[in-house]
Amino acid sequence: MTGQTKRVVVAMAALALTASSLAVWADEDADLVVNGEIEMVVRTDAPAHLDGAVRTIYSGWVFRQDDTQAMQMDDFDNPGMLFAEQGQELFNTAMGANGESCASCHTNAEDLTRVRATYPKWDEAHGAVQTVEMQVQECQTESMGMAEAWGQNSQEMLNMTAYIASIGRGQVIDVAIDGPAQATWDAGKEIYYTRYGQLELSCANCHEQNYGNYIRADHLSQGQINGFPTYRLKNARLNGTHNRFRGCIRDTRGETFAIGSDEFIALELYVASRGNGLTVEGPSVRN
Amino acid sequence: MTRQLILATLLGVSASVAHAEVVSPTAVVANEYGEISTSLTGVAGDPVRGAEVMTSRSLGNCIACHQVTALEEFPFHGEVGPSLDGAGARWDEAAMRGIVVNAKAIFPESVMPSFYKVDGFTRPGDAFTGKAAPGALDPLLTAQDIEDVVAYLLTLTD
Ligand code: HEC
Ligand code: HEC
Ligand code: HEC
Repeated sequence: MTGQTKRVVVAMAALALTASSLAVWADEDADLVVNGEIEMVVRTDAPAHLDGAVRTIYSGWVFRQDDTQAMQMDDFDNPGMLFAEQGQELFNTAMGANGESCASCHTNAEDLTRVRATYPKWDEAHGAVQTVEMQVQECQTESMGMAEAWGQNSQEMLNMTAYIASIGRGQVIDVAIDGPAQATWDAGKEIYYTRYGQLELSCANCHEQNYGNYIRADHLSQGQINGFPTYRLKNARLNGTHNRFRGCIRDTRGETFAIGSDEFIALELYVASRGNGLTVEGPSVRN
Repeated sequence: MTRQLILATLLGVSASVAHAEVVSPTAVVANEYGEISTSLTGVAGDPVRGAEVMTSRSLGNCIACHQVTALEEFPFHGEVGPSLDGAGARWDEAAMRGIVVNAKAIFPESVMPSFYKVDGFTRPGDAFTGKAAPGALDPLLTAQDIEDVVAYLLTLTD
């Protein structure tokens, strides 16, 4: 089928049938290999700390429609990779009072291969769990002499986190949840199961109890974050993790937390840990 | 003469609507099974309007979670809740009103929102803005919306 015919057929199906019939277009059994070489784990046994809440964990890629899935299989078709390339340029660009670039200290970017797979992570010096964004900000203000670090949700930061994710693609996610990170993880778990807003819906109500089901026109995934930042066809840009969390709480007719807030850092650690065993896919493609 | 009569009738009707007690969300009385036997408005529900409430995203948006064969002309029915085909044969009016007002009283822990409730929320927002609710909340549906939806649901007998 040509793309054109397929779109017409999908449109007709959408008009004539219920959304569940559209499931035909999401291949939930497909495997993801990017560029014919990076083999992703898109489904695997749930980590023990989920206590059987779900048996299998799935990448959000599994629930997307065929054409969206295909875009992520080749870097030439993945618009998110253009932003990752801009992130790579920034990595090599001097900034701040000392005239250094990230590469001045991180001479071998490959040393950052495990970053996306292991963050958020406890930072001993700061005595807190840090996201990748916070670590980048720390390098900027504490090592590079920048008066002001990039904003957590700025385009530069999204490009940089896309770059850092891209060099870690295919790495198996393994965030630590014990030791000093435990209290933050507990706080994140509490948030995950809290029913927010006037609709009184928790993350678990949609992403644990109902993944695989349609809610209106949306095919619910497990709300994993292994694909972040995600390039969304809906807004044609990169979307960060906390921004996504914000959108989901807003949709409960709830008051969201702020990007970079302690609550979202804790939630990010907890949600990341629910994906332990999946692989880093960022920047991924989503609708 | 005729005109006066019509005027009188109109006045009479509007007076009776104004006088019919609308039960406020905090005054609803349900029995131990969550059933609500009295109408929230005293005005018979309109099933045609009920179907509109069920399918409109800005009103009930019930089909976001429920499949309803009779509403297939409206696209995208969800699968989070069961199909409502035949619901009118499974539940009587009091139970149906109870489900739409506060499903959690009938299905404990239900994912289904409570459509006639104004307090007891965690971080309630100002509709879909993501900001905090500025003050007292209106219920998701009005009392008459609920009556209209109940009237529609009772038509779904097969
Ligand atoms: C002046 C040297 C210096 C510069 C320039 C610098 N960093 Fe760092 N960076 C460090 C040091 C030292 C660490 C390890 C300290 C720590 O973990 O807190 C680090 C850690 C990191 C980590 C975490 C690595 C890990 O394995 O956990 C990331 C990611 C990172 N830097 C990104 C960047 C980016 C992006 C830039 C440019 C915006 C940058 N850094 C610029 C010195 C630097
Ligand atoms: C009313 C249902 C609902 C609730 C509640 C909800 N979400 Fe979502 N979420 C969605 C929908 C719909 C999507 C888009 C389709 C998908 O990936 O599931 C989504 C997408 C996501 C994604 C993107 C997944 C990807 O692979 O791109 C993440 C992450 C996410 N949600 C996290 C959360 C978290 C964390 C919470 C709790 C704060 C939450 N969601 C609450 C409906 C919900
Ligand atoms: C977020 C999803 C969701 C929305 C929105 C929703 N429901 Fe439900 N509904 C459910 C679920 C789930 C159940 C199954 C009961 C349970 O939780 O065990 C249910 C059950 C019901 C039942 C009983 C079903 C039967 O046939 O036995 C009725 C009737 C019903 N809903 C009507 C409505 C109406 C009317 C609306 C809109 C005003 C609505 N629902 C909106 C999720 C939803």
